[in-house]
Amino acid sequence: MDINIVQMLLVVIVAFLAGMEGILDQFQFHQPVIACTLIGLVTGNLVPCLILGGTLQMIALGWANIGAAVAPDAALASVASAIILVLGGQGTAGVGSAIAIAVPLAVAGLLLTIICRTIATAFVHFMDAAAKQGDIRKVEMWHIIAICMQGVRIAIPAALILAVGARPIRTVLEAMPIWLTGGLAIGGGMVVAVGYAMVINMMATKEVWPFFAIGFVLATISQITLIGLGTIGVCVALIYLKLTKQGGSGNGGSSNTGDPLGDIIDTY
Amino acid sequence: MANKLKLTKKDRISVWFRSFFLQGSWNYERMQNGGWTYALIPAIKKLYKSKEDRAAALKRHLEFFNTHPYVASPVIGVTLALEEDRANGLPIDDVTIQGVKVGMMGPLAGVGDPVFWFTVRPILGALAGSLAMAGNILGPIIFFLAWNIIRMGFMWYTQEFGYKAGSRITDDVSGNLLQDVTKGASILGMFILGSLVNRWVTVIFTPVVSTVKLAKGAFIVWDKLPAGAEGIKQALLQQGSGLSLTSDKVTTLQNNLDSLIPGIAGLGLTLLCMWLLKKKVSPITIIFGLFAVGIVFHLIGLM
Repeated sequence: MDINIVQMLLVVIVAFLAGMEGILDQFQFHQPVIACTLIGLVTGNLVPCLILGGTLQMIALGWANIGAAVAPDAALASVASAIILVLGGQGTAGVGSAIAIAVPLAVAGLLLTIICRTIATAFVHFMDAAAKQGDIRKVEMWHIIAICMQGVRIAIPAALILAVGARPIRTVLEAMPIWLTGGLAIGGGMVVAVGYAMVINMMATKEVWPFFAIGFVLATISQITLIGLGTIGVCVALIYLKLTKQGGSGNGGSSNTGDPLGDIIDTY
Repeated sequence: MANKLKLTKKDRISVWFRSFFLQGSWNYERMQNGGWTYALIPAIKKLYKSKEDRAAALKRHLEFFNTHPYVASPVIGVTLALEEDRANGLPIDDVTIQGVKVGMMGPLAGVGDPVFWFTVRPILGALAGSLAMAGNILGPIIFFLAWNIIRMGFMWYTQEFGYKAGSRITDDVSGNLLQDVTKGASILGMFILGSLVNRWVTVIFTPVVSTVKLAKGAFIVWDKLPAGAEGIKQALLQQGSGLSLTSDKVTTLQNNLDSLIPGIAGLGLTLLCMWLLKKKVSPITIIFGLFAVGIVFHLIGLM
């Protein structure tokens, strides 16, 4: 599909926003479900991009910037794969191969992020110099430049893909053999596990593992929607917290670990 | 002191708004220092008038700082209170301010990461993602609104809380409320993760384990059906009464696994990924590996 100049401009703006959010992590414009949908909206391909965004979101659930670590870049993955989906012109049918493209893009985006964060080191030294002069405006300026640099990080690749145009991308997509796309689709069903595994590794303790099992088993009942499961989860958590408190006071409050079972074991 | 300096609500709103850009100049040397200073600038302008004082304040806040971007808000609140006292002549030195910042950022990041990145976002994301995959535009809208309402509300109220509590908040960090929130969040998170692993990790094995010829009368005999619409009706009725569509009962490896519990292959894969991650295998390597496995297994007919 070919898109006109206004749409291209809007796409680049969305890319810029997504890039900024990729570092700020506030409004969440970089999350696939938002970024892909916005690209779909401005190019008139809402439904395929919406589905792409939803699918990518599932893969990206556990991607988060922790401490100094950088997560795979959801911003570039979502923006670029959505543009490719739109340009490819295959509609909903193209979602599978767009996802396969998204993952390498997330890695490329990660490298770009690291480069930007390194460049930003220079910017804070300019801030230091400005601070010495008491020049508030200059400190602000360098901060804003740093934010814009992160936006440009996604906007430029987006513009490049737009500039290359629909035809080469379509040729590449059509040249992909069926065993490859089929295999990639199967792989796509599995890579979701990596995100979950990252999250579980962060949260899992002996105490909370049983709740994982309960959730897993309840999910086999396909009539319960995610909202239903969420409700059960909230209730289970509230009940557990309440019961632990009662158990704790029954223990005479000898220790304050907040783990009555552990306390009982300790006293033995 | 005749003219006591005081930060108004307008100043605090301005700081709150600027704190959205906390991570903007994130860098490998001092991390969030630029954004931190940027957020505090309205307060610095209000509290310090001379160039020397402003330069000192800017320099003081360009020191290392890094925490979860949302739980920085209570730290900002406390810092505002401290800076206010300092501007009013109380003996609060740079070391105290930096000490409070560093003292709070660690434990608070420990709350922010599991609560926001690993509970609220995966849950909202999964909800929105599953709606969006079905082509429902409400998915992204719900995600955007819910997330930003939670985020902005949290940041404003904790900043105000920090401002009012002043330096006493550091004691509260070890308090029970935060502990409850963290534990409750991880319980809910694990519960939802369990469901998500079951619902969304798709591993389907296609090899046929056994093909059993069914007894006569257990399957639809297509040749014997009347022609036309009547035949279709008969076939549907027969299928509804439990007859098989084919004369063979095909059991795939997947059927065997599902009879243990549906989704067990996905669970196994998730546990494998956890183990690999603990062995310091990079997530990116695993992702590429899984794509490769998908292609290879598809080619040899295993999936």
